Amino acid sequence: MAVLAYIESNKSKPKKNSYEIISYGRGLADKLSTELIVLSFNIDSVEDLSNYGPDKILNIKNNDLSNFNIQKYADVIAQACNSLSIDIIIIGGSADSKYLAPSLSVKTNSSYVSNVVELPSSLEPFTLKRSTYSNKAFSDITIKNEKKLIGIYNNSFGIVEKKSNPELISIDIIIPDSTLTTDSVEHGSGDISIADADIVVSAGRGLKGPENWNIIEDLAKTLGAATACSKPVSDMGWRPHSEHVGQTGKPVATNLYIAIGISGAIQHLAGVSSSKVKVVINTDPEAPFFKAADYGIIGDAFDVVPKLNEKLKVFKAGNN
Amino acid sequence: MKILVCISCVPDTTSKISFIENDTIFDKNGVQFVINPNDEFGLTRAMWIKEKDNSSIDVINVGLQDTEPILRKTLAIGADKAIRINSDPKDSFQVAKLISDYVSKNNYDLIIAGRESIDFNGNMVPGIISELLGMNFITNCVGLDIIGNKITAKREIEGGTETLSFDLPAVIGGQKGLVEESDLKIPNMRGIMQARQKPLDVIEVNKNNLFTETIKFYKPEEKGEIKMIDSDNLDELINLLHNEAKVI
Ligand SMILES: Cc1cc2nc3c(=O)[nH]c(=O)nc-3n(C[C@H](O)[C@H](O)[C@H](O)COP(=O)(O)OP(=O)(O)OC[C@H]3O[C@@H](n4cnc5c(N)ncnc54)[C@H](O)[C@@H]3O)c2cc1C
Repeated sequence: MAVLAYIESNKSKPKKNSYEIISYGRGLADKLSTELIVLSFNIDSVEDLSNYGPDKILNIKNNDLSNFNIQKYADVIAQACNSLSIDIIIIGGSADSKYLAPSLSVKTNSSYVSNVVELPSSLEPFTLKRSTYSNKAFSDITIKNEKKLIGIYNNSFGIVEKKSNPELISIDIIIPDSTLTTDSVEHGSGDISIADADIVVSAGRGLKGPENWNIIEDLAKTLGAATACSKPVSDMGWRPHSEHVGQTGKPVATNLYIAIGISGAIQHLAGVSSSKVKVVINTDPEAPFFKAADYGIIGDAFDVVPKLNEKLKVFKAGNN
Repeated sequence: MKILVCISCVPDTTSKISFIENDTIFDKNGVQFVINPNDEFGLTRAMWIKEKDNSSIDVINVGLQDTEPILRKTLAIGADKAIRINSDPKDSFQVAKLISDYVSKNNYDLIIAGRESIDFNGNMVPGIISELLGMNFITNCVGLDIIGNKITAKREIEGGTETLSFDLPAVIGGQKGLVEESDLKIPNMRGIMQARQKPLDVIEVNKNNLFTETIKFYKPEEKGEIKMIDSDNLDELINLLHNEAKVI
């Protein structure tokens, strides 16, 4: 019986949410008085993982796993769980992890609960709190199965530092053939993806047209932020679909969400409400977003955003 | 080709979410139910395939009798037959298992579900169906081309898209991008009339596999008061974000 935390890598480095996944695993293993094993593929240096408390690290190096493939990844993770007698698997909320988790749950006979935001509030019955109704509510859910797969909601649990001295382990694995072929991977123009960003700068119909997005992109650049948009903006083709956030688009759970010229319709708010701090810039003092935000500015985006950008540049220069 | 589209019946996106009986049950009072948006994109995409090659489209729902108006709506949009598995959907595995049991007795070439329902947000049903049936699977699907037995499909990944190819039979988790919002069909009078004559089979269940149980709901904590900042005093905003919120 042990807890396994599966983390993803990008260009041979742990992905940003890895530290949160390991922190959660550590917290859970402590509650259960058991050990935490971290599983990763093809990471160059696992050293900084030990800042978050794993007892063991299994970093499988294999060229056949250098690119994500659901069938290979799910199978190899299941093999690791089997040979390490894992009862609870922790997985993150990235697109790839959410893609493979259902398969993994069937392969390991575990019951999968996604969007989990806290450590279990009780072990008997095993009770988890998760986000539901598109972030309009939370629920407590109990798992009756011995074997569990816990998918944690990005940026909900946070990072807890705890130094450890993990043992590096290895196991024998067999990589299965896949019936899926990856033909190509296209990366969007933005430097930072919405899921990975600490800050998201988002704009809506108030921007009037795609030609005005330079002020949004400039602000995002200054802040090292990803850009996002409301649904009508992507429906009209002003911005790519990949930027559409909200109930029917991507969820956003960043530290800072800046909403510019977005009214704050219920479907929009549902998708962005898990962001920690929200700033609204809108000409209309009655815009519903003001009721859901932490900081608000009543003003014209075309006036406020460039000014804010200049001031932030000065601030950033002074802080570095 | 035989296509099966999985339909979840969810509260309309504008619904106020509230709970009754000590916060243990969702309050359906005054709530309008709709086809889960991610499923509707999939149904519309299935209609395009049907228009091209005369495929048949069945829709399937795990639910109680109150979901039947939604199933009639999918028939009015153009599905040929509806199947309702008569069971209260409480857990994603339960739903996926019931659907996969049905599929294993009634072969389908293509199964389309939504990437997630907008009420439970499990992100599980299509993935579990595919694994139980040993079928190829992609989710967050934003592009689908089928020629003969071969599929080329795009899935949204972080910061981009990935294009994959594989063979039928397969399971697809759909979302916006599979078709556009403007492609969605509102049933016309003829469709609605025809839907009344189309079959809606009800299947009884003798075993539910329930491994999880939702025991309580919470509303998110009320937001604290918003701080308004004058548009001529942007230094104050920067100061608050840096020193108070500590996010920049
Ligand atoms: C089934 C369904 C699902 C949906 N899902 C989503 C979703 O996932 N995400 C989503 O975003 N929406 C979604 N919507 C749409 C949603 O209801 C709203 O229509 C949408 O969010 C509004 O976008 P907006 O705020 O950009 O535009 P508007 O509502 O038109 O708001 C524009 C805002 O800009 C302000 N403004 C105008 N000029 C300026 C200026 N110069 N400077 C500053 N502010 C200015 C206005 O005061 C206004 O508040 C969904 C709708 C449905 C029916």
